[in-house]
Amino acid sequence: MEPAILIEGLVKRYGDLAAVDGLDLDVQRGECFGLLGPNGAGKTTTVEILEGLNEPTSGKVEVLGRSWAQEPEELRARIGVALQETRLFDRLTVEETLQTFASFYGDGAAVRVATLLAEMQLEEKRSTWVMRLSGGQRQRLAVALGLVGDPEVLFLDEPTTGLDPQSRRALWDTIEALRRRGKTVVLTTHYMDEAERLCDRIAIVDRGKRIALGTPAELIDRIGGAHLVEITTAPGLPPEALAGVRGVRQARAVGDGLALSIDEPHVALPALLARLAERRVEPTRLVSRTATLDDVFLTLTGRSLRED
Amino acid sequence: MSTTPKATHGLWALSAVRLKLFFREPGSMFWTFGFPLLVTVALGVAFRNQGQAKSPVAVVAGPGAERVRAALAGRPALSARVVDAAEATRELRTGEAALSIEAGRPGAAAPLVFRYDPSRPEALATRRLADDVLQEQAGRRDVVVARDETTVTRGGRYVDWLVPGLLGLQLLNGAMWGAAFNIVNARQRKLLKRLAATPMRRAHYLLSYRVSGLVFVPLQVLVLFLFARVTFGVVIQGSALAVLGLALLGSWAFAGLGLLCASRAQNSETANGLINLITLPMMVFSGVFFSSSRFPAVLQPAIRLLPLSAFNEALRHVANDGASIFTQGVPVAILAGWALVTSVLAVRLFRWS
Repeated sequence: MEPAILIEGLVKRYGDLAAVDGLDLDVQRGECFGLLGPNGAGKTTTVEILEGLNEPTSGKVEVLGRSWAQEPEELRARIGVALQETRLFDRLTVEETLQTFASFYGDGAAVRVATLLAEMQLEEKRSTWVMRLSGGQRQRLAVALGLVGDPEVLFLDEPTTGLDPQSRRALWDTIEALRRRGKTVVLTTHYMDEAERLCDRIAIVDRGKRIALGTPAELIDRIGGAHLVEITTAPGLPPEALAGVRGVRQARAVGDGLALSIDEPHVALPALLARLAERRVEPTRLVSRTATLDDVFLTLTGRSLRED
Repeated sequence: MSTTPKATHGLWALSAVRLKLFFREPGSMFWTFGFPLLVTVALGVAFRNQGQAKSPVAVVAGPGAERVRAALAGRPALSARVVDAAEATRELRTGEAALSIEAGRPGAAAPLVFRYDPSRPEALATRRLADDVLQEQAGRRDVVVARDETTVTRGGRYVDWLVPGLLGLQLLNGAMWGAAFNIVNARQRKLLKRLAATPMRRAHYLLSYRVSGLVFVPLQVLVLFLFARVTFGVVIQGSALAVLGLALLGSWAFAGLGLLCASRAQNSETANGLINLITLPMMVFSGVFFSSSRFPAVLQPAIRLLPLSAFNEALRHVANDGASIFTQGVPVAILAGWALVTSVLAVRLFRWS
């Protein structure tokens, strides 16, 4: 079976600006694929091209083995979409909105309305006007609308942006349930924790280009370890002072302290403390944490994802 | 197995959405139904026929003033008051008096002076009438005896003339603010883009505004004419069916203009400007509140081509003069032309994002 999505050499220019600058990607069926990057990285442009809402300047784009130029009608019936912050009909109820969207698909779609209301925890709100929904409920409705045509591929553009932590987690549960059911999901996000938790594979994009691709674990491994130790000492130490400590794969200066990439804290920490004692240096602060994709992005670009 | 819900055809579903949204929005209800009724009442009362119209005359205080006033008081068409010279000048300037008369100034060459602004339509008539009264009093005798017979013709009052124009304006505003503004708003909030990502037939979205119009337009016609009949006794002289048909055709022409406005505008500010650019000139030129025949002859052919002028012309002939719709070929053709050309252009130019 052809991959769900195939992109080769995708370029989208707006005048002199290349929003997407030669992107290659493939998404397999049943996969939850994440496009991760800061605002303005070209994620939304890429996804809108995949959704048939924007036209590429050049490059090859296939969705479900078809191209938008040739079979737009068929593709629209087979994909589902939740755009970034769409505002729907204010004075339509949740159920009416779902029914309206269902009417655009085949007869089967109307049957799904009741199921989706339950799955997206919107049953209590079925008769509420859309304008009276909370941000989280609105996003769940947006996902439900994406699913009403029983799509083979679901696109979610920044699904949790602007949501409170509780609503984010509720939406993550929903997306995980879709993934378990084998639905192909393509999501964009600028939240590392979101990509890490939800995605089978992730492409990190920056300035219209793919700068890394792999599973969350592979990407984290690329920065040299699954854990990070941040340490401040008195007096301060240069990174070289910790060279050769057992279990420390990399050390670099961060602020007035050091950041160390390590694989196994239980091996590295005793060795590290021993080295400090040997040098007669006192640790004033020591934090050990799991490395995140944010650290990957920082390592790859020298910039933090949050600098948007 | 129990009955499964069936997908409604997209066009009907979208049209139902239009109707629901309309009736759930208090603002649109007021502007579509309430506002035209308020205008009808306000203008109908302001310009009602108060028996006979009286022209105000200011008589400048002086030796002959009281004699002039008394003479003019005998005529129901005139209402004369004695005021001082400064007040008379002021009233003439503001239009409170159509004419001022100064009589019997000692040593003057003419014992009577009429002052008026000839560009005011009623000034000249008032001057002639006052002159007649004063000349007759001084002894002039008419050579031919004439008798006046006055009637108020059916459908000939201002309010009779106003109501069809208000319906036109209402339909135009409905198409502009109800449809065009609404579409631009949907584009701005990315709802159009979201809809374009579904298999919805795109023409259905635009058509849904017309299908819902089949409900709104007859309602608007019914409410306005029923109200005008109850309050002012305005009667449709021609065929009510022809009025309804014209209203539907007019609403198509206006909706086409609305769609054209909405086809590209990216935000409500642009839409606002475009809509005003189209509706304001028509409010002035197309004879909604006053007859467009007041504009110079050289402008008339252009004015007649405006969709609202064509609509008002045809509707007034049918509603006020009782003409058959089949005598209104020219305005009907103009409306149909606007409906066709604007719709085709709008669909060509329409952007979903």
